[in-house]
Parts: sequence; C-alpha cells; structure tokens
Amino acid sequence: MAAEKMALAKAINESLRRALESDPKVLVMGEDVGKLGGVFRVTDGLQKDFGESRVIDTPLAESGIVGTAIGLALRGYRPVVEIQFDGFVFPAYDQIVTQLAKMHARSLGKVKLPVVIRIPYGGGIGAVEHHSESPESLFAHVAGLKVVSPSNASDAYWMMQQAIQSDDPVIFFEPKRRYWDKAEVNPEAIPGPLHRAQVVRAGTDLTLVAYGPMVKLCQEVADAAAEEGKSLEVLDLRSVSPLDFDAIQASVEKTRRLVVVHEAPVFFGSGAEIAARITERCFYHLEAPVLRVGGYHAPYPPARLEEEYLPGLDRVLDAVDRALAY
Amino acid sequence: MTVESTAARKPRRSAGTKSTAGKRTTASTAPGAEPELVQLLTPEGERVKNAEYDKYVAGITPDELRGLYRDMVLTRRFDAEATSLQRQGELGLWASLLGQEAAQIGSGRATREDDYVFPTYREHGVAWCRGVDPANLLGMFRGVNNGGWDPNSNNFQLYTIVIGSQTLHATGYAMGVAKDGADSAVIAYFGDGASSQGDVAESFTFSAVYNAPVVFFCQNNQWAISEPTEKQTRVPLYQRAQGYGFPGVRVDGNDVLAVLAVTKWALERARSGEGPTLVEAYTYRMGAHTTSDDPTRYRGDEERLSWEAKDPILRLRRYLEASNHTDEGFFTELEEESEALGKRVREAVRAMPDPDHFAIFENVYADGHALVDEERAQFAAYQASFADGEGA
Repeated sequence: MAAEKMALAKAINESLRRALESDPKVLVMGEDVGKLGGVFRVTDGLQKDFGESRVIDTPLAESGIVGTAIGLALRGYRPVVEIQFDGFVFPAYDQIVTQLAKMHARSLGKVKLPVVIRIPYGGGIGAVEHHSESPESLFAHVAGLKVVSPSNASDAYWMMQQAIQSDDPVIFFEPKRRYWDKAEVNPEAIPGPLHRAQVVRAGTDLTLVAYGPMVKLCQEVADAAAEEGKSLEVLDLRSVSPLDFDAIQASVEKTRRLVVVHEAPVFFGSGAEIAARITERCFYHLEAPVLRVGGYHAPYPPARLEEEYLPGLDRVLDAVDRALAY
Repeated sequence: MTVESTAARKPRRSAGTKSTAGKRTTASTAPGAEPELVQLLTPEGERVKNAEYDKYVAGITPDELRGLYRDMVLTRRFDAEATSLQRQGELGLWASLLGQEAAQIGSGRATREDDYVFPTYREHGVAWCRGVDPANLLGMFRGVNNGGWDPNSNNFQLYTIVIGSQTLHATGYAMGVAKDGADSAVIAYFGDGASSQGDVAESFTFSAVYNAPVVFFCQNNQWAISEPTEKQTRVPLYQRAQGYGFPGVRVDGNDVLAVLAVTKWALERARSGEGPTLVEAYTYRMGAHTTSDDPTRYRGDEERLSWEAKDPILRLRRYLEASNHTDEGFFTELEEESEALGKRVREAVRAMPDPDHFAIFENVYADGHALVDEERAQFAAYQASFADGEGA
C-alpha cells in the first residue's frame, strides 16, 4: 500500500489487513465481519483474502465473542474482535471487566491477553436507540484495560497497528461519524507512541481537549474563535487510558484555560478526571475553572434530538467564552 | 434416587449428529422419570458391566486402581487440612470438595498432559491430578494473591470465581487448538448453578458451531449454595446438550471408574474431531458451599446420610479389597502419606509471607501504564513519610 488519502474506515481495514498479513496469530472476529465485511464495511474483503479461519463470523453473542477471544489469546492468538455498536457491548462487559482486565495480574504476570476490542461509538449519524453511545469512561475506570480512540484516518491506521502489537487488552473506540472522513495515510511513516496526545492546532488563549469524534469539532471551534481574534490550542488526546496528563499540563501552563469536550455524559465522564487532575497540577496557572462540554445525564435521545444533546459548535464556543470571561 | 446399581446401561439422550453421537442416539427419558446414569462400580463396590464404556477402562491395572484410590484419599486429606486452616484463621475462606473426589480424580486422570483444564474454584482434585502443588492453591484463600500458579506449566488455568466465565475461555482455547491442528483436548469444569449462566449457554453455542474439541464437565453436586438443582433446571442437565447438537451423558459422579471411562470417551471424541461433549457427573457436595456457609439452614441430615452411603472413596476401597488388590500395608502407608501431606500443607501455609505492599501495582499491565507508575510513586512517598517515626 502506498501513501494515499483514504477514509478512516478504510484506514482501519488496511491496518487490519497489514496485521493479518504480518502475523499469522492475528484473528478478526465478530458479528457480520466476514462475508458482509461488517455493517460499516470496516472488515470488507478480509475474509475473502484470509479465510474463514482467520476472519470469523461469530454467533450473535457478545460475551461469547470476548470470552472465546480470551481463550484464543491464552492459546497464543491475537484476536481483534468487533462489537457491532457501542450500546451492544454490555453483555460482554462482565468478561471484559472480570476476566480480560484482570488475568495478567491474577497470574502474577504469567498470562498476557493481547485482545483488541473494536467498538464503533458515538452519535451524529441519526441512528436508532443503543447505536450512538459513548461508554469509554466505563472502561477507563477499569485497571488492566487500555482505552484509545483515533480522530483521523492516519491515527486510526497506526493506532490499530499498535493496539494489536500491545500485550495488554485494548478497547479501541472508533468514531463512527468520522468513518468516511478522509486523510492521508502513509504506511511508511514512523508513528508516535500510542498513548501520547498530539497538539493538532497551536494556540495561546485557551486549550480545548478532545478525542475521537470531537477533535474535528474542536478544530472548527478554533477556526470560528480565530475569526473573533481568539487563539485556541486543540489537543487530541488519542488515548483515554492511560491519559497524557503531561501534555495537557504543558498546554494549560501556556494558555491557563481549559475546556474538555466529549460526547459522553459530563457526569463522571473523562472530563471530570481531567478537570480534577489538571486543577491539582496547574492550580497556580489556571485563570478559570476547567469547564466541560458533553452529553447530558439522560438516555441518549432519539435521533431528531441528538443535535441538541451532542456538543456542537455553539455550545463549545459558549464554554470558551465563559472560560475567557474569568 | 438415581445412584443405584444398574448392570445394563439403558438408553440415554444424545444428539443426532453423524458422529459417534449418531450411533448412540436412542430414545429419550420418559417425562418425570429419573434418567439412568453410567455406573461401573456400585456403592457396595461391585463391578458392573457396561457395554459402551467398559473398553475405556479395560486395561486398567491394579496399580492404577490403587493410584486412583490414593489420589482421592490424599485430595480429601488436603481438603480437610485446608478447612482446618480456615478454622485456625490461616485462610480467609475455603471451598471444600468433600464428596466430589471421584468426579474430580476420575476426570482429571482421564486428561493427557497436553490437554488443557479450565477449573472453577473447587477443582482441588483436578489440580492434584495435573501436578499443581496443593499449597499453591491456598494462596488466594489466604489472601496473598489472586491466583499464583503459572497456568501453562501444568495446563491448568487459574481458578475462576465468576460463575461460568471459564467455559467460554475453554471454548476459545479449544478453537485455537483446532486452528493449530493439534490433537489435544480441553476440559471445562462448572457446576449445576453455573448451568444457568448465559456464558455457559454461549459456550455450548460457540463450541457446537465451531466443532471445538472441548469437554464440558458439569459436577452436579445438587446445591448452588442454598439452591437445589430444581431451582436451576426442569430437565436433567446432560439433556441440555441435545439442543445444541452434541451428546450429553450423565455419569455416577461418585464412581471414579465410571467418571474415568466417560471422560476418556468424551476427550477422545474431542481429539478425533467430533466436537464437544457434555458430561454431567451426578454427585453431592457433602460439606458447606464454603467455610462461610451454613447448610443446616437449607437442608437436612437425611439427604447427606443417604449420600454418605454412596461415598466415592469407600466404594473403591470395597472394590479393591474384594478384588484382593490391596493389603493392610497399602492402607497404613497411605495413612502416613496423608498425614505427611497435611503437615506439609500446614507448614507451607503458615510460612506463606504476606505480599510486599508494592505488589498492588505489579502486573496490572504487561506494557506498563503511566497512571500506575504515578500512583506507585505516590504510595512510595507516602510510605516513606513514616520512615522517621519507625521504632520511635
């Protein structure tokens, strides 16, 4: 594969293909991932090229998918499993939390479980109930799991490579509303570390922190703010666990103001953890309290209300104005 | 009661697949009737013939029979020692296998070295067969670790406390065995309570669909803490296999010979590519669920006494004696070996050091995690802050 511009979904597909080619122990498994190529076509063509033994259509049972992936990992395989939608991960939550996350510690380091769990997540695509959620905090809260979410095609390609190579279980949240956004992917590039944040736009007046689908929004917010003469820095966290607090701290020590944006509900969301820790680390630098913009403490609403529920340009700008007003 | 002597094996349900299972397909149990179970030794220690399963123990030598007896006696002795250690405050908890020795030793001895075992938290007898040091099993019950042995050194996975989870791991592992083209098999242990868990149902589905070389070994010990099996199922558990398309069989779980034979059969099916089997070992939990449980609140002595008459160790002893396979010296020596084992376990547990405080932060991740490093450093600084005051 040469360097080319491709959609985020295609980048994951290419990354899975590369992993399947380079390591015979890598497996892809999930509901409809084989013949259909996944409901979002992320695994399109993989079963045709690698066979049913390596790209596995599974029974419709999420706990079974993750539980058998654990067994396959114990046998030396590196399964990449797909949970079809965010809201369907909960039958597997028990296996993920009680088994996958803890096996390495329980075995005093003797057992490693290199399992990647891909979860298309987030809203904004007009879907029905249980197809638009952002449960990343529920996984970040669990020791033993790593949680990442790319915001663009290039990161999606490289972060998937790194997640598969990781000897720890990785929950890989894919921003489904960005699946069709294109960016240049260069398979010859040398990627940065998986759990390091990236400044995607430099600024001086305030830091916007986001990951996954909200990075693009924050870049648009920064554009709009620039027209009003405000210089916003945008930090793409990429990883929710571990979280790159050093990068946030470095940015906030410069800008002195921080707004965290995510689709997940604000209450007990990753923004709460960021606010607490950055307040502790940057107490004397902050000119304003850390503000958060996210979903409300309500079930994800029907599609015709989701634009009101999700953080949008104006809601983030409103938070930016409030932070700058201190 | 069903654990009665039956000279001829009666038909049992099994799946109508085109494998061995097909040949064994027979009429179903009449509604309301207790199903037959495979038995080779009666509670009185009489050897009864069984046309289907005799061949799996046909070559068994007196030495091997004495070995099975020794395994059961030592396992029971170890188990009793662990219960005592809990009473003495050396262990926080113990889950006794009392009464289930034949189910565990028979199945454990049926496994081959390259087979892989996925236990619950009560498979002390299976662990013994796999060569796991009994003292190692006690670490988690003493509270010094949450596991503590290397699963791959004996192909014996860590104990699993969440009910039924391990049946999926066993299935996945077996799927891997099949992918590797290996001829080993996998055995997953679980109980009558676990049979209600979704994970067990899903493991049946996955193993059937992928024809995974796994044996599901259900020890139906009649009680899930306080709930009798009738609270879990309206059909005999082994019959569940039929709905998934693989054979199920009920074996007298207090008959070590029958368990050995049936498990060998099931493991051979797995090895030869015939897929999963469900074995229901019909047995009885003679003791409490754990040392924290009080069975007098939910069951009477009568039931226990009826099962004591079917004791797995007693019945093999009767058989050995009647067959002149043993002399008094064998039993005396075994008694001494049992006491030595008890002493060794006792001393090993008492000598088990508390873990280093920093063990909290060890092995949380294989590749490290910034937050764990940060918190370890904070913890170290906190602990060091007391250093000056020490001994004051």
